[in-house]
Amino acid sequence: MREKEVQNSKIDWITVIIYLALVTIGWFNIYAAVYDEQNAASIFDFSINSGKQLVWIATALGLIVLILVADYRFFENLSFILYGILIFFLLITPFFGKEINGQRAWFELGAFRLQPAEFAKFATALALAKLMDSPLFDLSQFKFQWKALGIIALPVALIMLQPDTGTAMVYSAFFIMLYREGLPQKYYVIGITLVTLSLLAIGIEENLYLVAGICVIALFVIFSGKYSWKKTLSVLGLSAIMVAYVYSLDYVVEKLPDHQQNRIMVLFDPDIDPLGVGWNVTQSKIAIGSGGLIGKGYLEGTQTKFDFVPEQHTDFIFCTLGEEFGWFGSLVLVALFCTLLLRLVFLAERQKTRFSRIYGYCVISLLFFHFAINISMTVGLFPVVGIPLPFFSYGGSSLWSFTILLFIFVKLDSHRNQILGRLG
Amino acid sequence: MESNRSIVVGIIILLVGMVLLTKLFLIQVTDDTYLRKAERNAIQRIVDHPYRGLVYDRNDQLMVYNNPVFDLMVIPKEFHLKDTARFCNIFGIHKEHLIESFNAAKKYSWVKPSPLIKQISNEEFARIQDYLIDYRGLFVLTRSVRAYPNPIGASALGYIGEINRTQLSKDETQYYRQGDYVGLSGLEAYYEPELRGKKGVKYKMVNVRGIDKGSFRNGALDTAAIPGKNLQSTLDMELQMYGEKLMKGKRGSVVAIEPKTGEILSLISAPSYDPNILTGARFGRNYLTLNVDENKPLFNRPIMAMYPPGSIFKIVQSLVGLQEGVLKPTTTFSCNRSLVNCHNHPNPVNLFGAIKYSCNPYYHQGFRAMINQEVSSNTFRDTQIGLDKWHEAVGKFGLGSRLGIDIHGEKGGAIPTSQLYDRIYGNGRWKYSTIYSLSIGQGEMLVTPLQMANLAAVFANKGFYYVPHLVKAIDEDPELIPKKFKERVYTGIDSVHFDLVQDAMQEALSGTAARAIIKDIAIAGKTGTAQNPAGEDHSVFIAFAPKEDPQIAIAVYVENAGWGGRAAASTASLMIEKYLKGQVSRPALETYVLEGKFIY
Repeated sequence: MREKEVQNSKIDWITVIIYLALVTIGWFNIYAAVYDEQNAASIFDFSINSGKQLVWIATALGLIVLILVADYRFFENLSFILYGILIFFLLITPFFGKEINGQRAWFELGAFRLQPAEFAKFATALALAKLMDSPLFDLSQFKFQWKALGIIALPVALIMLQPDTGTAMVYSAFFIMLYREGLPQKYYVIGITLVTLSLLAIGIEENLYLVAGICVIALFVIFSGKYSWKKTLSVLGLSAIMVAYVYSLDYVVEKLPDHQQNRIMVLFDPDIDPLGVGWNVTQSKIAIGSGGLIGKGYLEGTQTKFDFVPEQHTDFIFCTLGEEFGWFGSLVLVALFCTLLLRLVFLAERQKTRFSRIYGYCVISLLFFHFAINISMTVGLFPVVGIPLPFFSYGGSSLWSFTILLFIFVKLDSHRNQILGRLG
Repeated sequence: MESNRSIVVGIIILLVGMVLLTKLFLIQVTDDTYLRKAERNAIQRIVDHPYRGLVYDRNDQLMVYNNPVFDLMVIPKEFHLKDTARFCNIFGIHKEHLIESFNAAKKYSWVKPSPLIKQISNEEFARIQDYLIDYRGLFVLTRSVRAYPNPIGASALGYIGEINRTQLSKDETQYYRQGDYVGLSGLEAYYEPELRGKKGVKYKMVNVRGIDKGSFRNGALDTAAIPGKNLQSTLDMELQMYGEKLMKGKRGSVVAIEPKTGEILSLISAPSYDPNILTGARFGRNYLTLNVDENKPLFNRPIMAMYPPGSIFKIVQSLVGLQEGVLKPTTTFSCNRSLVNCHNHPNPVNLFGAIKYSCNPYYHQGFRAMINQEVSSNTFRDTQIGLDKWHEAVGKFGLGSRLGIDIHGEKGGAIPTSQLYDRIYGNGRWKYSTIYSLSIGQGEMLVTPLQMANLAAVFANKGFYYVPHLVKAIDEDPELIPKKFKERVYTGIDSVHFDLVQDAMQEALSGTAARAIIKDIAIAGKTGTAQNPAGEDHSVFIAFAPKEDPQIAIAVYVENAGWGGRAAASTASLMIEKYLKGQVSRPALETYVLEGKFIY
């Protein structure tokens, strides 16, 4: 009895409260997104999405209770088994899944549909944490880097078969965790350079300007500081690779399917195809932008309500909030997410085991990626990729998987003093 | 090292949060284009076009009404065409036209309706109605176009058409929008503010498929359309129809006025056209055809054509002379053909005889007496003074300037002043011998048929007229018509002088226009011939009747028909009989006019 009280008191209530706040606001928003004034249904009406979401929320709360009463060692011990099960499901989804919008990503269980790729996220997080738990695991070494990459790459490859590029992209979020755990910085430098170069290569129409820019920087690096043959050669070599990359990128982009090409080009010019690919982004920006400082008021939005924004209750749920509560609403939401993420960083850093810390950073990575990319996409800062806003978007799979993901960490955190430290 | 990296992760989280909030601030707070776009998206402003006012004739017969036509609207987002050939076949549209309209619709809006086929007639609509359900994204919008139960009165009624760019930019009230219909000529243009009514506006919310989602702010901003006011025209439809029939195949004008009110009973421009052809979708094509027609059916001859007044002007000369005391009923001049040519008649003549026989030398001499009254010892100066005084007197007859009829485009004609001759010949370098043609209505002098009919009304009224007008009442209220149509305009000629003129005009008919005489109706009239340097002279006749109590004053012009006593006088006489008796008792004369070869 006393022990249970001690355990309860160790749950991080700040995280729990922010979670509940996000889920509740999300639920009201889903109601607003599907609300039809002429045919007004109650928020509890199970025939509309807000009613269904209530079922998902209730079951998610049940899952939380299950996670909190379970033995904390359970997750660590079962990491690889869970990972294995999810990989198995991902393997069979392309064959047995239900086809929706050209993707086979869903399993149908009676009235409910589940998306294995969503649950694979926390399974991969657990597997990564388990793999890297060993004190001997050193990310500065090649063989360990490959192991970690392998754990990540396997589900990615399987998800690409569905094909669900958006969800597959999510797994790149684990590089945030890997960064924290000591993956050498040079990979990030190379990565950021490549991304920047890619954006410039696509954004700047004439490649020659870009090449000229690369040459100027190369000359500057060669002649600044101490001159050496070695430096000159390596800079020249790098520049040559970059120039080659710029030209090959154009070729690759042209080889992409049209819809993906357009999704990228829309970033640079949303007006290239306002009625086609640009439609989502244009309408989403109109909805959010028309919210002003304080918004149009709850249930008063016109853009989301009247279906101008597609996927308004799932991937574009943020539009409803932006339209009805304006910039203040956006501020509250962004602040809630940032607080949650920073809180999680704090929690992760106070863990006494590598397993919990790494798992904590996996949670941070996934939540941060979803949050940043989802909102960036609705305001036109990132190409449209179909990923949900955690705790907010309508849908059982995503709510369940994010809830499980988060609360396993809350559970681990609450037991941090009981876990015998194997700090690395 | 790794714990430093946790700080980096924290900083990245904060940075991304700030970037997102900044971007959100930019589109939500600083940039209001999204708000406007949102309104354009979801709030539809639906203009409720009012019914345009109807036009009745003076006997409450309908002349202009509204006929429903249907615009086939398309919502590009929902419209998917599988079998283009079948569609074109059903809806009677060319493939190129369909593609063009559809592209225009797409360009305007992907989700909002645009017209695909404009102004489908009632009959066509009945045919295609059943097929409409086969196509998504199509619906029908009802509009109305003008229609005319009888194909007459085009020159007076005018037409409506889509407002043009110039008119739009001049519209300070911002009432009109692109695509609105507006009166472009005739009564439709002059009484546009009365006829058009007031547009109503409904704001409603629509979803992305354009489906009605209820009124915006519960209709607080909505206004109802107010229908246009009806006009009662002064025209007599029967008379107008008869006159147009008589003028068929001729070029010219007929203007009939009720002298005691200035109401125009009939305004005919020949050749004319069926006003029904300038309505609806046919407007564009037919307007072009009419516009290039060498007989200029769009040229409103009664108010725009200008001719020298010819002999008829001698009556004005007589009256001005009498009023000034220069001429007396007893004043006699010899018919001296060395001055101007004349025809055989008793010689010498007094004023009565001069009118009756239309004696040219009489007016040559009489006009000289009016012009050169020896006010100045300098002949040139004396002529200048005399001419300007005469100009003022003649101007009071409504000549030389616009009368002010209630349709646009009226011409004022021309009565010369001394400045004109000064400009041509130089100050002090012209005298009576330069301007004597004016004495018999020739020379630098032009009048319109409307002004001529108004002269007849002046003679009938013995010295005054009302500005000729085409509208009697607006929404059955005679008080609503412009004030100027209810005020007598005096010519400054005492009524006593008119008895002689009226008698002479009555007498004259037996000599110059015996065809015009109607049993038991006393007609006073005067023939004229408007000289036409380009070809056969124009036949002119003015008259009023009955002489004791004038009900109708009329001017008839038949171009290139020669001497006024034939075509013009016969037409005028038939018109008078038709108006006063309701029917025509002289089929032979009617046939003569109808079949007369006054061909252009």
